[in-house]
Amino acid sequence: MTAPPNALSEAPGGSAASLGDLVSQPYRYGFVTDIETEKIAKGLDEDVVRLISAKKKEPAFLLDFRLRAFRHWQKLEEPDWATLKYPKIDYQNIIYYAAPKQQQDKKASLDEVDPKLLETFEKLGIPLSEQKRLSNVAVDAVFDSVSIATTYKEKLAEDGVIFCSFTEAVEEHPELIERYLGTVVPSNDNYFAALNSAVFSDGSFVLIPKGVACPMDLSTYFRINSGDTGQFERTLIVAEEGASVSYLEGCTAPMFDTNQLHAAVVELVALDDASIKYSTVQNWYAGDENGKGGIYNFVTKRGQCRGERSHISWTQVETGSAITWKYPSCVLQGADSVGEFYSVALTNHRQQADTGSKMIHVGPRTRSTIVSKGISAGHSSNSYRGLVQMGPKAVGARNFSQCDSMLIGDQAAANTYPYIRSQQPDAAIEHEASTCRISEDQLFYLQSRGIGFEEAVSMMVSGFCRDVFNQLPMEFAAEADKLLALKLEGSVG
Amino acid sequence: MILPDAELLLQIVDLHARVDDQPILKGVNLEIRAGEIHAVMGRNGSGKSTLSKVLAGHPSYRVTGGSVLFRGEDLLALPPEQRARIGVFLGFQYPVEIPGVSNLEFLRVATNARRLERGEEELDTFSFEDLVHERLQVVQMDPAFLARSVNEGFSGGEKKRNEILQMALLEPLLAILDETDSGLDIDALRIVAGGVNHLATAANATLLITHYQRLLDVITPDFVHVMAAGRILRTGGKELALELEQRGYDWVDQELADQELANQGAPALGVV
Ligand SMILES: Nc1ncnc2c1ncn2[C@@H]1O[C@H](COP(=O)(O)OP(=O)(O)OP(=O)(O)O)[C@@H](O)[C@H]1O
Ligand SMILES: [Mg+2]
Repeated sequence: MTAPPNALSEAPGGSAASLGDLVSQPYRYGFVTDIETEKIAKGLDEDVVRLISAKKKEPAFLLDFRLRAFRHWQKLEEPDWATLKYPKIDYQNIIYYAAPKQQQDKKASLDEVDPKLLETFEKLGIPLSEQKRLSNVAVDAVFDSVSIATTYKEKLAEDGVIFCSFTEAVEEHPELIERYLGTVVPSNDNYFAALNSAVFSDGSFVLIPKGVACPMDLSTYFRINSGDTGQFERTLIVAEEGASVSYLEGCTAPMFDTNQLHAAVVELVALDDASIKYSTVQNWYAGDENGKGGIYNFVTKRGQCRGERSHISWTQVETGSAITWKYPSCVLQGADSVGEFYSVALTNHRQQADTGSKMIHVGPRTRSTIVSKGISAGHSSNSYRGLVQMGPKAVGARNFSQCDSMLIGDQAAANTYPYIRSQQPDAAIEHEASTCRISEDQLFYLQSRGIGFEEAVSMMVSGFCRDVFNQLPMEFAAEADKLLALKLEGSVG
Repeated sequence: MILPDAELLLQIVDLHARVDDQPILKGVNLEIRAGEIHAVMGRNGSGKSTLSKVLAGHPSYRVTGGSVLFRGEDLLALPPEQRARIGVFLGFQYPVEIPGVSNLEFLRVATNARRLERGEEELDTFSFEDLVHERLQVVQMDPAFLARSVNEGFSGGEKKRNEILQMALLEPLLAILDETDSGLDIDALRIVAGGVNHLATAANATLLITHYQRLLDVITPDFVHVMAAGRILRTGGKELALELEQRGYDWVDQELADQELANQGAPALGVV
């Protein structure tokens, strides 16, 4: 932890160089699980879409959904409006389905799951076995293209809560999937959503029935293991009238020097008086210090406050991908509904993030809050992009946005792109933005009081992020704080 | 108080330092023993703050010659945080604001770092609250400042009080106070100076950097040094400060010019 004596004074140019050293640290989750995997051939055409659907023995409506999405996708151009630079993705050079051999059919019990998989998740800090599992958090564990286990399913069922893999939901509750799938993010919404709709393999499904407060936090942990496979998962969460749930999402991947594509879709539906809190701690592999390798994260997340007084809150801590393209959004349809977006995005080395939120105010007196904290270190680039839209019926609607950027070192870039569209004169929109740089003098001040260099940086970064961390579930907040410290610590220690 | 047998806390020998490539300190010599109060005076830009920052380990300043021993240990080999932990304290002329970092938490982490080094137990949040409330008395500071971010939005005088509060918590062996008096109103000056007197013991020492006699009226120095062009040009007792008050610094130019001549003369003679 502590810097060796003179770590600072040795570096020519003072602590700027040390700051540079500091923000590089080895990635802890970069291992690969050696497991026999069934993969389909590389490339994407209609047959691949049909093959995935057939493997999952899907009903006709779903194959239809996929094919419509695929045909639409073929007509689309990859979007290029984000502040992101990356070589053209070759969609024919990706494998669209990979599953551990053992795991072709969903196992009835954990005992039948390949121990290597259990071990993998245990190593990631997500023990799945009965004795060790996290108390009070139910976990759906997704490995490459498939869900391998879901904990506490039976216990949750006692309250009528459905929490299972997407594949199981299609088998057991096809009517629910048919009713909700694609209703928040239509399959033709955007390039990556269309791609996901065509080839998605698994993910999680949650339904909280009317009047039920989900008795424990639900969580999905996504693990990419294969080097040449894309991960295309889909999450659908429905909270019926008066229901509430807190849902957490975590992600990691091995270190490869190639890039893997992750294009997920998350849809949330909140009916009258329902509330969904969706938190993400994203720690995909970010690539090395020269920008080689890492995950391309192109994700569409949207929640629909369909009911009156419903509430959807997104909290994200984004630290991992080589590229992040992600705008968790809320469509505030029901009168008096509330949307929130709290985000910390940390970029280092050559990472690029273009992230933010869209708040679409449709109903009267709808309210939204956006708090975005971007931290850029190294040669990275971190952009906030947000849209606040007030529709003609959004009488008395209000939005408050705050976008703060922190720069570490002098090679990093931060941008803010707030877009505002209002068709309702009686709606209030407030936007605040700030940029600060961790200065040598601030660090020196803390150091001169006995606080080590790394702890000083981490104190300033956590201080900067506090408004967002306060929104995370308790155990996650500590985790996030540690994760940022770790991302910013490293070789000096 | 001057006690000839007291421990030698600080020994600066022929210290040279640069910022960028510009020499600022050009041969500082200074010894400070436990129990002593030293005042360093001198014109703007003479190098007083630079000396204090070099002692505290600011990364912008590069030491190019000389040595500094603190209780016999090579101070310059230690990172800034370690210097603080072993008892060197710098009260800044311009304390920086650190948004987002709670003052209370900052004070606690700093205090514990010093306590650990002294082999004392770390204080939990409750015991620390007790301690900090007791030490707030030293500078008669409102506890409301604890809940704010470090120095953020503090007035000039409030920042200075916060510095002395830190000193009261860290209990340094050597406190270097860089113009702690500037920016203080008359009452605050009395309170802060009273605090510094209160904290001074036979075991520690204080180095006051100041421009004004009014501070030295309250805190009586054992030694007064005049800094000029990166060196200590003259050292005397408390009466030297009074003399400066009367005469100003014009004599400094004459003395510097004489020395310059002497220095230029020496090698020239050698050549001939
Ligand atoms: N970081 C720096 N970059 C450039 N020049 C510097 C830096 N720090 C100090 N100097 C220069 O070194 C000289 C001494 O500055 P210093 O702050 O030590 O003076 P001082 O004696 O404390 O003055 P004052 O009484 O005004 O506080 C000045 O000419 C100043 O401009
Ligand atoms: Mg000064």
